[in-house]
Amino acid sequence: MSKIHVSTSINGDAVEYLCEPEETLLDVLRNRVGLTGAKEGCGSGDCGACSVALDGRLVCSCLVLAAEAEGKTVSTVEGIAEGENLHVLQQKLLDHAALQCGICTPGILIASKALLEKNPDPTETEVRYWLAGNLCRCTGYDKIIRAVMDAAAEMRGA
Amino acid sequence: MRFESPDTIEQAIGLLNTCEGTSRVLAGGTDVLVQLRLALVEPELIVDIKHIAGMRDITAEDGGFRIGAAVSGAEMGEHADLVALWPGVVEAMELIGSTQVQGRATLAGNLCNASPAADSVPAMVAANAVATIVGPNGTRECPVADIPVSPSKTSLTKGEVITSIYLPARPDNSGDAYLRFIPRTEMDIAVSSAGVSLTINCDGVVTQARVSLGAVAPTVLVVEDASSAIIGTKLEDAAIATLQAACSAACNPIDDKRGTVEFRTKTAGVMAKRAALIAYSRAGGSK
Repeated sequence: MSKIHVSTSINGDAVEYLCEPEETLLDVLRNRVGLTGAKEGCGSGDCGACSVALDGRLVCSCLVLAAEAEGKTVSTVEGIAEGENLHVLQQKLLDHAALQCGICTPGILIASKALLEKNPDPTETEVRYWLAGNLCRCTGYDKIIRAVMDAAAEMRGA
Repeated sequence: MRFESPDTIEQAIGLLNTCEGTSRVLAGGTDVLVQLRLALVEPELIVDIKHIAGMRDITAEDGGFRIGAAVSGAEMGEHADLVALWPGVVEAMELIGSTQVQGRATLAGNLCNASPAADSVPAMVAANAVATIVGPNGTRECPVADIPVSPSKTSLTKGEVITSIYLPARPDNSGDAYLRFIPRTEMDIAVSSAGVSLTINCDGVVTQARVSLGAVAPTVLVVEDASSAIIGTKLEDAAIATLQAACSAACNPIDDKRGTVEFRTKTAGVMAKRAALIAYSRAGGSK
């Protein structure tokens, strides 16, 4: 079976790749494009470690076939910082010590960014429900929630 | 495996109808990709229907809404007029999975996955939703209630694709609601669930009602005894108690890790009671 040719845009850069029909977007990002920020936790859409934005919509990249990205825009954690300058969310996660092993962090960042673009002033409950699909086994979540609330406040003030 | 993303429904049906092995229609993919990953299915052909006109559209039609088969839960939740007309259907859809899953999961996919615990299905059944199905022999319409026939099996035949789901117009003073029992607050599969849609008159008396249950039988249940228990009432305590008892009596659940027969039978009645009260309030009734 011949491979599928896909033209897409990843973090603002035009990217082309060849993929197998059964390969997921997560597989291609990590193994063919070299963007290893998105992580594979469960591979079944339960943990959120592979979160990316696809045409601006938050999705699990393990539940998207790589061939589906044809003509779409993909945003991953690698595109969040501007050069050497961390995104406010990244800085706040560091400030609040909201990560330990770091496996969930790229997904938390992408998901939180999607939330704050849709709702710049979320309640704590809204943050907790929005991030319910991003599992973290280290932090107990409180620090993550505080970091996102703090980032939201700073972004509103900026 | 072959991946195709045709631009027309005719092409999609031709591909599915001529495929000799297993095939899968891909809309949101939140069930199909899990099946692939677990090797529960090894399809010869995947047909992505998202490039076909209308599949991603929510369209106002005759006072109701037609939901394309590839419209995501997130898109439904962002459609204010749809939420206003059928809040119970939208809240049921939005209970499925995480924010990430909501970005992709679809009503039609939830229906075709044919899980007894599918959250959107009891709500659609209470709403008298109708699926439009296109296949090798043309187009047909089928009540959503008649699509699931047993766990993981639907009444669709080879080459048939659900292209949209129609949520009908409804009279003034109508409301619907969906509730499920899960042991935590998010990200779980229903242990039992209930959908209620009803209409009241200017005196607050229920004139029409439809009650459905999920996760308590091999397929979604429509409980006629429960709807007749509240028609002609203002949901007085006795009427609600009759509805609750009728729902529990209709249950035919299994024991599994999520709940026992006894627990499911009891909670299904409680879910139906609470959903009926929410639907009544949404219809403008006060108690």
